[in-house]
Amino acid sequence: MSGESAGRARGIVIVGAGQAGAQAVASLRSGGYEGPITMIGDETYAPYQRPPLSKKFLAGEISFDRLYIKPVEFYAQANVELVFDTRAAAINRADKEVLTGNGRIFPYSKLLIATGSRVREINVPGFDLDGIHYLRSIADVQGIQSKFREGARLVVVGGGYIGLEVAAVAKKHGLHVTVLETADRVMARVVDPIVSHFYESVHRAEGVIIETGVTVSGFEGNGRVEKVDCGDGRLYDADFVVVGIGIIPNTELAVDSGLHVENGIVVDEFARTSDPDIYAAGDCTNHPNGVYGHRLRLESVHNAIEQGKSAAAAMTGGALEYNQVPWFWSDQYDLKLQIAGLSSGYTQAVVRGDPEAGRSFAVFYLKDGMLIAVDAINRAPEFMMSRLLIAQKAKLDPARLRDESIAMKQIVQ
Amino acid sequence: MTKIIYVEHNGTEHEVDVANGLTVMEGAVKNMIPGIDADCGGACACATCMVFVPAEWEAKIPPKEDMEITMLDFCEHTQENSRLSCQIPVTGALEGMRVEMPESQH
Repeated sequence: MSGESAGRARGIVIVGAGQAGAQAVASLRSGGYEGPITMIGDETYAPYQRPPLSKKFLAGEISFDRLYIKPVEFYAQANVELVFDTRAAAINRADKEVLTGNGRIFPYSKLLIATGSRVREINVPGFDLDGIHYLRSIADVQGIQSKFREGARLVVVGGGYIGLEVAAVAKKHGLHVTVLETADRVMARVVDPIVSHFYESVHRAEGVIIETGVTVSGFEGNGRVEKVDCGDGRLYDADFVVVGIGIIPNTELAVDSGLHVENGIVVDEFARTSDPDIYAAGDCTNHPNGVYGHRLRLESVHNAIEQGKSAAAAMTGGALEYNQVPWFWSDQYDLKLQIAGLSSGYTQAVVRGDPEAGRSFAVFYLKDGMLIAVDAINRAPEFMMSRLLIAQKAKLDPARLRDESIAMKQIVQ
Repeated sequence: MTKIIYVEHNGTEHEVDVANGLTVMEGAVKNMIPGIDADCGGACACATCMVFVPAEWEAKIPPKEDMEITMLDFCEHTQENSRLSCQIPVTGALEGMRVEMPESQH
């Protein structure tokens, strides 16, 4: 015991200083909770937005301070204790305390686990060479930006959102960019082949080399990465590498303390875990979704915000059910991709607009006639209307969806 | 800094100074003004930062681009003078601008 906990009033402790935690703080205070709040984060910064990291912030279009979700002074004004550079090491559920790696003890009345996720690391020979970057934090972006100079050769490992967003920004900065993707198409996990092939053609038209069906077998270099080896004879010269091959939920704290964890910390629709005094929100959770009728683990801002609200309500005796249509977005070049819903299990993909003719179309995903998701590329009406229709479990006529003479607002017969 | 007055749907007014270069949305969120959610952080991707801009200010802010027009078209409380506040940069010309907020952002 450090003795530090003596005399400290028990209040709400939030582990994790990301989007979900910040939302919970805001919702707790705006909801009238006046008790102590302590937020513990392992970075040096107050909670900040991550989506711009691979977009406008990487591009140098917005300054560092505009990433903050709330201004730093807000937390002092709201009487929130921020504990930075500190990693929660364990939860003592019997005594209701969080123990940190540097030996501090934080007693709680209610605990919110909002630990988010971390990057999946690539485990091939040469993985620890200098010049191999990931993108998850401000520090990561600063490292990548330090390599941005015209003519530099960047190899991106992984053709998902992060990899393609980095490729688009790097290309605009005059770098030579190669994207290596293991699957047979980019963004294979989240979109239909029509959308994948459209994005591949756009990137190629912009001058990015996209290679699919290729697996990185190692990195070569003398202290610093110089080549990316694909084991099939293909070898790519690189001045630096950005790896974007997915994220892993940070569930170790929950696992170690005996909470129910199964592909994320298992919570109910009110963000409650299997311990009545512990709640969880954001990327790290596995939660029920009434729209789809099964559990989900999501990696998105919308999920973090809405679950953060539900957790704040539940921790203060309220009940705000989290049951929404998930949505996501990605900015690459002049393309805004907006995704509503989850397409997994679709039986029919219906295209509205011509992917060959321009940079604007949408793909609707139907399951037995019912709309379950949409990918909308520069198509806000399709995205906005679909969010409503997916929630309503609307059955739609594919012929009407294809017919652009019918406005989205009139798409339901 | 430019003074912006945010008016909640229930009539509560919040007068705050917003740094020029930020957006009207950021001015609200960073000052904890309820009524603007701004889930996407200003990417014009979510339409949860709608405000109503009185006609006399319209000429002083940039016109709506296509994306904003179509996003607004699908919001529940859209009126003729609706704007997405993430698309309005704050400049000295907006000193004293009042913006009103809808009943909800969904």
